[in-house]
Amino acid sequence: MDLAHSIARHGRSIARFWSSSLAAEMEYQLNLLIEVAATLITLAGSLFTLSLFFGHGQKLGGWSWDAALVVLGIYTLLNGFSSTLLRPNLGNLVKQVQSGGLDFVLLKPMDSQLWVSVRTLSPWGLPEMALGLALVTIGTSRSGVRPDASALLTGGLMLLAGITILYSLWFVLAATSIWFVKIWNATEVLRSLLAAGQYPVSAYPTPLRLLFSTLLPVAFLTTVPAQAILGLASGRSLMAGLAFAGLSLVASRRLWLFALRHYTSASS
Amino acid sequence: MSLPPSLGRRRTGGSPAGRALAFALRIARALFVSQYALMLEFRAEILLWALSGLLPLLMFSLWSGAPAGAAAGISHQAFARYFLAAFVVRQFTVVWVVYAFEEDNLLGRLSPLLLQPLPLVWRYAAAHLAEQATRLPFVVAMVALFFLAVPEAAWIPSPTRLLLALLAAHLGFWLNFLLQHAITMLCFWSERASALERFLFMPYLFLSGMLAPLDLYPEAVRRFALLTPFPSMLYLPAQLASGAPVDAVAGFRTVALWMAVLIPLNLWLWRAGVRRYAAMGG
Repeated sequence: MDLAHSIARHGRSIARFWSSSLAAEMEYQLNLLIEVAATLITLAGSLFTLSLFFGHGQKLGGWSWDAALVVLGIYTLLNGFSSTLLRPNLGNLVKQVQSGGLDFVLLKPMDSQLWVSVRTLSPWGLPEMALGLALVTIGTSRSGVRPDASALLTGGLMLLAGITILYSLWFVLAATSIWFVKIWNATEVLRSLLAAGQYPVSAYPTPLRLLFSTLLPVAFLTTVPAQAILGLASGRSLMAGLAFAGLSLVASRRLWLFALRHYTSASS
Repeated sequence: MSLPPSLGRRRTGGSPAGRALAFALRIARALFVSQYALMLEFRAEILLWALSGLLPLLMFSLWSGAPAGAAAGISHQAFARYFLAAFVVRQFTVVWVVYAFEEDNLLGRLSPLLLQPLPLVWRYAAAHLAEQATRLPFVVAMVALFFLAVPEAAWIPSPTRLLLALLAAHLGFWLNFLLQHAITMLCFWSERASALERFLFMPYLFLSGMLAPLDLYPEAVRRFALLTPFPSMLYLPAQLASGAPVDAVAGFRTVALWMAVLIPLNLWLWRAGVRRYAAMGG
């Protein structure tokens, strides 16, 4: 009862946050055109680059062109998600640590990690998310797969796991700004490393494949959800993905609580 | 242009042209040394920037195992050399003038700089060159690590190739700088000109040869790419350094043509922009 009440209360707050950010961003309607154009050009370029790997009738890491489209689609979807929620919010977190504005967040009657993670919503990543979803659909149907309810459910679940891992990576990086104020440059490194997720993880040499399924879990961001949708995922990789998602979420929470104990406002 | 007396009069004798040159060199040296000292303060950030340029090495790991690469007749070793050269060239052709200029403009720091008897562009150019000098030790370390991981790729380019590659990379930097500087000048008209930089970066990403050597592109795409300035910033110097076949004459001709377009364009934009300048934050 209490839990349901709390969820409803948080849900209402988040709905308010997002509708107010949407209203603010709608001032800049020209941005929408720019974003759509940029997204389309990037996607065309990525498709072209991917097609080079399939020249001379070859495959990439055992993946067909159509199946690789699903991976690229999920990457595009996650990229759009990052621009919609992760980058604006966690960028703000870094600024709030620098300016001391985090003090006021900590005083609010809402969980501080939730607040800093969902406070704003930038609609400019939404076209990219839509295009990613379209690409996933196209790739799946071209592969001749008719995903049944269980495939869709595992696919959705693994996508959620991927989003959780992605969130945790960004959040951990942003939260370390409590100690290292200028950490935001490191997000450029993270972004460039995550670009590896555009291609199926089996296309990489063994040492990198190992890295991408452990320390830097790129595999669980794009490849495993794609496999789940296509009905190709092994039970082991599904379990590993879920375990990773759970662990990374717990890790982000522990780090946040630990970081807050070290937080000594910027103004003091 | 009137000169501050302390700078203008120190060296006497010699021809007027010689004195002007000595004066210009002194300014260049002072600018570079001061910017280098500034950049050394930011070496942790510059290390992170350097690391964010790992994309060519990621592409190497993909291409070295991709059957399509072997089918196109490019060996593992050739890929390794090409992408390592591309990584190094990218490190020394990165340009960020639009972000620096936009910030200076929005924070009102531009006005005092504009009063100095030195065209503003040299200050930013010196900052870029100083930043490249700061990157140098990181890049050397990364190259050493790469050769430890992929020892079969180690090579020393012939002196001619090396010189041509250095020249091409440096010209590539200036070409990139001029392109972005043209967008930077739009800061005089718009507060958010840096948003347009993406439309420069996207064609750069896909046409420069960062993701694959242009030889793997379909013939029509390759020919189109070679008309744009982007391969001159990466593909040309990387091919030269890695010892792969490349039409260097045509490459340098493209560089010269684009320079001939971009230098007057930048001058014109600068003059038109300064005339419109209205200080911010005053």
